[in-house]
Amino acid sequence: MKKSMLSIKQSYIVCAIGVVVLFGVLMGVCETGAVSLYVKGIIMTCCIAVIMTTSLNLTIGVLGQLTLGCCGFEAIGAYSAALFSKLLVANGVVMNDTVRFLLVTVAGGLVACIFGVLIGIPALRLHGDYLAIITLGFGEIIRVIIQNLKVAGGEGLDKGQQGQALIGIDRLANLYVVFWITVVTVVLLFMFARSRYGRAVKAIRDDEIAASASGINITYMKVLVFAISAFFAGIAGGIFAQYIGALTPSMAGWLQSINYVIMVVFGGMGSLTGSIVSAIGLTILPELLRAFSDYRMLVYSVVLVLIMIFRPQGIFGNWEFSLPKAINRIFYPKGKKGKNGDAGKAEATGVEETKEAKHE
Amino acid sequence: MSEPILRAEHLGITFGGLKAVSDFNMTIGKGELVGLIGPNGAGKTTVFNLLTGVYQPTEGEFFLDGKRMNGKKTYQVVRAGIARTFQNIRLFKQMTVEENVLVAFNESFTYKMGGAIFRTPRFWKQESDMHAKAIDLLRIFNLEGLANTEAANLPYGAQRKLEIARALATGMKLLLLDEPAAGMNPTETEDLLNCINTIRDRFGIAILLIEHDMSLVMNVCQRIQVLDYGRTIASGLPEEIANNPQVISAYLGSDDDTDSEEEN
Repeated sequence: MKKSMLSIKQSYIVCAIGVVVLFGVLMGVCETGAVSLYVKGIIMTCCIAVIMTTSLNLTIGVLGQLTLGCCGFEAIGAYSAALFSKLLVANGVVMNDTVRFLLVTVAGGLVACIFGVLIGIPALRLHGDYLAIITLGFGEIIRVIIQNLKVAGGEGLDKGQQGQALIGIDRLANLYVVFWITVVTVVLLFMFARSRYGRAVKAIRDDEIAASASGINITYMKVLVFAISAFFAGIAGGIFAQYIGALTPSMAGWLQSINYVIMVVFGGMGSLTGSIVSAIGLTILPELLRAFSDYRMLVYSVVLVLIMIFRPQGIFGNWEFSLPKAINRIFYPKGKKGKNGDAGKAEATGVEETKEAKHE
Repeated sequence: MSEPILRAEHLGITFGGLKAVSDFNMTIGKGELVGLIGPNGAGKTTVFNLLTGVYQPTEGEFFLDGKRMNGKKTYQVVRAGIARTFQNIRLFKQMTVEENVLVAFNESFTYKMGGAIFRTPRFWKQESDMHAKAIDLLRIFNLEGLANTEAANLPYGAQRKLEIARALATGMKLLLLDEPAAGMNPTETEDLLNCINTIRDRFGIAILLIEHDMSLVMNVCQRIQVLDYGRTIASGLPEEIANNPQVISAYLGSDDDTDSEEEN
């Protein structure tokens, strides 16, 4: 036992090194001007997608509860972060940009988390299709409310007018900071999933009745997981708000949520590393296909259909990277990444390492 | 005898107009093994569901170690000390054998979320302690070699045993076994019998057993209670039950009874 513990700790160190190297690559390509602003934007979007997908996977894949309202929480996080940021400006609070960015982002996450608990308590009494529909409903409620809120650019709830975009949010999102937030998110989710909490959550997924007969408080664990998912969705929203600088209520729409569900299913239910890969892959794919602009979405759809036919369990199934693989990957393909200089790909492989790293 | 482990008094439940179980009384002392038998649909599993908080009794009350258990949710009942297995096996199929047991150990872990996230020394200590405990427990059932197998891939007999091991891991005082020998061949049943005896001797727990395999019941149970249509029709030592005419007619149907009812 001692030995294996040691090796787990060593693997953490290996993973940490992997993440740092990945960060070095990212910094290298950005600082030397090897990549355009456009590519940096894609990397940023990838980071947001990774946060959304991995945290959603905790609910869908690990807890086994299909929810379709994740973008509602993202929107809550985004709008709260935006309003909080504006509030700080209005009150003339002066602080370091990074500190302010983090503060605002976490505030967005916390607000989303509170709503996660409030919505989770009634919604999680349902299962399966019913839960999917009720969360879809809550997502739409959030969208419609935001659309009409005065502070969010609407006409007021009593007017029922379509709101306008909320603009003028300070664009403080910095790629490096966002990268580290993404890393921290994935690490936290891993640590959670690989502890007694994670085991209890998986037990609920496999058999709720047996789980409660093993002494697990099902309601508590479900709401806890839902709240964690909502928190990180809120974080992603906060980053998005401060990256784009303008928000529209449509970001809370169910189509967006389904997009993230697709990413989760693609990567493999319950596989956080799979989620990272699919989030990055499915974010980059439409961009790569811009050259065939007319057929872009057609190709995207065909790829979705093909993967579902040939890999119905998702790219990774419920498998995660293993330690020896992590080491191999860190020592062999890493050099390639650095050389090819494609930031998108580098990022993709890099985050893979991150996951491997976590995955022990 | 001091306070019994389980004391059920006039326990009953009604579904709509149907009295599924009524006036169910039972006491089980420490280390006792009691059998609960009856024809299909007699309400045996309903009794289990009442005792584990799946259903709330509509009448009567029951006590574990003198503590009133009515109104407790399943997980609270389990933490208080009543664990069960299921008639149709319910394992955490996508988890390994060891993980199945570890889930049931959950309540004996004390590290919190922070400990899990920062991987504190306490986390490592408890995880390795629990691992050792889990392997010890699996050894009793000869499952230690399968610790890393996915539960879904176990042979049938081993799945049954794992379910019992998981129930034991909750640290219960009273174990409810719902047809543990169902679908087993004679060798597996024999094996199970030894297991049940071992765990009773070793852990000094009380066991309530539902079983259709009469040779098993007659062999291991110290007392037997018979249910029919939700009512207790007999209770006593195995040999008394075996010769009780009411029990025999409940099981085999008595020609006299049915004929006379039809005639009437």
